[in-house]
Amino acid sequence: METVISIKPLLAVLVTLFVIPILISSSARPNVREAWIFIAGIIKLGLVFSMLPVILEGKQIALILFEIAPGAELAFRVDGLGMLFAIVAASLYIVTSVYSIGYMRGLDEHGQTRFVSFFALALSATIGVAFSANLLTLYLFYEILSLATYPLVTHHQDENSKISGRRYLVFILGTSIALVLPAMIYCYHVTGTLEFSTAGIFTGQLSRPAATVLLLMFLFGFAKAGIMPFHSWLPAAMVAPTPVSALLHAVAVVKVGVFSIVRVMTGIFGVGLLSAYNLGIMVMIIASVTILVGSCIALSQDELKRRLAFSTVSQLSYIVFGVALLSPQGLLGGVIHIVLHAFGKITLFFCAGAIFVATGKKYISQMSGLGKKMPFTFAAFFIGSLSVIGLPPTGGFYSKWNLILGTLEAQQTIFMVVLLISSFLNAFYFLPVVYNGFFGKSDDEGAESPVKIQEANLCLLIPLIITAVISIVLFFYPTIFINLVKVGLGIS
Amino acid sequence: MDNYPVLIVVAPFMTALFAGLFIWIEERLSYPIVLTGLAVSVFSAVNVLLRVIASGTIQYNMAGWPPPIGIEYRIDLLNAMVLCLVSGVAFLNLIASYRSVQQEISDRTGAYYTVYNLFITGLLGVTITGDLFNLYVLIEITSLTSYAQVAMGDRDRGPLASLNYIFIGVIGASFYLLGVGYLYMFTGSLNMVDVAVIIKDSQGSSTVLVAFILCILGVWIKMALFPMHVWLPNAYSYSPVVFSRAVAPLMTKVMVYVMIRLMITVFGYDYLFQKLQISDAVVWVATIAVLAGGIMALAQKNLKKMLAYIIVCEIGYMVGGAWLGNRLGMTGAILHIMNDALMTFALFLGVGNMIYRQKSVDLTDLRGLFGKMPWTMGGFVLAALSIIGVPPTCGFFSKWYLLLGAFEKGAYHFAAALIISSLICAVLFFRVFEICFFEPMPHGHENLHSHGIIEEAPVSMLVVSGIVSFFLIFAGLYSGTIVNTIILPFLG
Repeated sequence: METVISIKPLLAVLVTLFVIPILISSSARPNVREAWIFIAGIIKLGLVFSMLPVILEGKQIALILFEIAPGAELAFRVDGLGMLFAIVAASLYIVTSVYSIGYMRGLDEHGQTRFVSFFALALSATIGVAFSANLLTLYLFYEILSLATYPLVTHHQDENSKISGRRYLVFILGTSIALVLPAMIYCYHVTGTLEFSTAGIFTGQLSRPAATVLLLMFLFGFAKAGIMPFHSWLPAAMVAPTPVSALLHAVAVVKVGVFSIVRVMTGIFGVGLLSAYNLGIMVMIIASVTILVGSCIALSQDELKRRLAFSTVSQLSYIVFGVALLSPQGLLGGVIHIVLHAFGKITLFFCAGAIFVATGKKYISQMSGLGKKMPFTFAAFFIGSLSVIGLPPTGGFYSKWNLILGTLEAQQTIFMVVLLISSFLNAFYFLPVVYNGFFGKSDDEGAESPVKIQEANLCLLIPLIITAVISIVLFFYPTIFINLVKVGLGIS
Repeated sequence: MDNYPVLIVVAPFMTALFAGLFIWIEERLSYPIVLTGLAVSVFSAVNVLLRVIASGTIQYNMAGWPPPIGIEYRIDLLNAMVLCLVSGVAFLNLIASYRSVQQEISDRTGAYYTVYNLFITGLLGVTITGDLFNLYVLIEITSLTSYAQVAMGDRDRGPLASLNYIFIGVIGASFYLLGVGYLYMFTGSLNMVDVAVIIKDSQGSSTVLVAFILCILGVWIKMALFPMHVWLPNAYSYSPVVFSRAVAPLMTKVMVYVMIRLMITVFGYDYLFQKLQISDAVVWVATIAVLAGGIMALAQKNLKKMLAYIIVCEIGYMVGGAWLGNRLGMTGAILHIMNDALMTFALFLGVGNMIYRQKSVDLTDLRGLFGKMPWTMGGFVLAALSIIGVPPTCGFFSKWYLLLGAFEKGAYHFAAALIISSLICAVLFFRVFEICFFEPMPHGHENLHSHGIIEEAPVSMLVVSGIVSFFLIFAGLYSGTIVNTIILPFLG
């Protein structure tokens, strides 16, 4: 594989880090502060895109920063997979920043400078995870992300957020120290390297039981992926302001967890070892349980953000599921779901936040008839729902399609049933929201009086329209992401 | 042959004496005098380190008398590094101390500075000397000056803590002296290298065995290895903060250095690990020390005392690492000498800043501190993350080597203890952060005006905190370089 040495990955990570002092120093002038966020976000996205052509040609971009020990440097290596994730995170950061202005100012939140600063830090860490060349670097950025997100989750500084913050730390920081750290060091002890490679790093040093234990330690240790029973931090983290839930708990943080699992399965163990030891089935069973149980719990939630959170728990396991199929179609469907789910789910969260800012309503039972007042928001919600369920004409269709093909390819028909049941469940918990929104009767509305449109302010509305439109566009033009997956995983 | 090696020790010693004289002439001048002494010491130590890296071990015969008759200073990579560390921390602490001393011990500033520099002289002497009896004398200088400084602290409890410290300290010193006596009896020499050569061929001798047991027990008592730690928490928490800032990072670490020096230079690997075969037992003791230190820290209600118990825990890391009996473990232990000194210094600097403003660091008095002292808390958080072992702070990297060493030895209990103590430290520190972040400011009449107003520590203290925070990251990122240029060449 041809490798290009470039400082761009480092710059892409650092841009949002270096902007933080500027943000703090301009805290008295919110408009200047917000302008700097956009400048940083656009530079970041520009840097990411400038690397895209090289990656699509099948090359990789590498940079070694610090040599910690042989085989375990702090180093970046951009490949198709990392590129795909970085594009999603960096582009949605800009959209979320617009949204965040509308949301935070709309609710007149306190501590806005602290909020945007830690947000920028979280983004740096996310891109760092995407571009990591080895497990050590990935772990470093993973931990930074955990810590940067804590003040965002506990932003309200009340009793409720304190409890959620504790749960967040126990699940996220606790599992990464207790499970991932020893597993990682054991891998290094056995092989002397932590560098990701498609063939895996083990050359026959692992027995089947040892491989099983290690894989489980990684699977549950990267608890950001929300695999049950380590999922309950995610609904708890919904106390955070909605921009955090939207970007971090539907895209950046949770996908970092899944991305880490994908990296470990494809880059540390390698597809060959996993299929030789037949470990894919075990992961698929764990993922299937999460998919189904997550969907069922989502059905019973009345608070919109919590319903979305359980839906996320369930959808994240699709990605793990796809990779565990260990077949080309399955890998493609799983990894591409990182992108497609991101755009669908962030739209849904944006809608939930817009409804809350405009009307103060958090519970689905209160939203009856609201679609007439907020037609754009509910239309976007509809599109987002379709994408998450996996129906055309939205991008989500594409990943579900490939996952189902993957189960057939791997001759795991039983698991196809899991996917189908889950899709039905998705439809059951999303579509009634939309239906009641448009056609239900609202409590406070007089029978005759014409309904006035009362959408949330433009800063909230434009982002959710953009992401909804992209969800549709991805149905027609998913090629670039498909190519990235193929380049990244070496499948033709 | 220039005189840098001797300047390292003589400069602080002479300036201590001058500062003592100036108490009667012009007390205000004592501060610049001792500061100059330490500055010269830092400069010489760095110079010596660079020379040792470039051209190998330096031998310096005091007053030109060759060993074994005269006292020899023998500086290799290990003590060159520790010398830089001790003089650097001592110098920085003195800068930060100026305002604290004015506040805490304003009536005895000259006396304090004199004793402080004598204390540092002792530590530097212990580190630099190549003579076993000289080592004893210098340990006693260090101890006597510590007793004095502890007694200058809390008016009620300082003297009692000091008395306790004296009793146990004297026992430790007596053990060591007795051990040296046996060695002298057997070899007729006090020079470390000389003794090592003579006892190499007589490893079955029971005299050497008794000497070894007495020496190592003495050192363990002095370094507060659990269960010989009982003097430490009170001595460190009731002393004036200017002193605890220096003694906490330096004293125990220098004693760990002495242990490693005795292990490697005097008794030798063959004797310890082939002949005696006690390493398993010592690693078990270290394991218990790590866990016990952490658990006792959980029970504390005062920040300073909590940190003192964390030191007990960290001692277990280093003793365990050194006694694993492999290169990786020893690398981890030596790296941790440096990293732990930096982390502990950073934590106690934070405590010093808090005490300067708050007077008390009982956990309940720390409410709202993130808003009141953001810079101090920033440094404190970084140091805490380093203790927990979050990359890229330095604490992670020594833990990395220690864990690798434990895996190589198969000492899984020690590895488990390291992981569990990381989790305990996470609980400990996030409990503190929660109080600082969530609890509202106490509504006493004096605090009512200051609500939401930044009341930081003086600039001199903040600058030192900033420098040390920088080193926490710097030492972490360059730990590969440090290991390759200093520790591995030292271990040969």
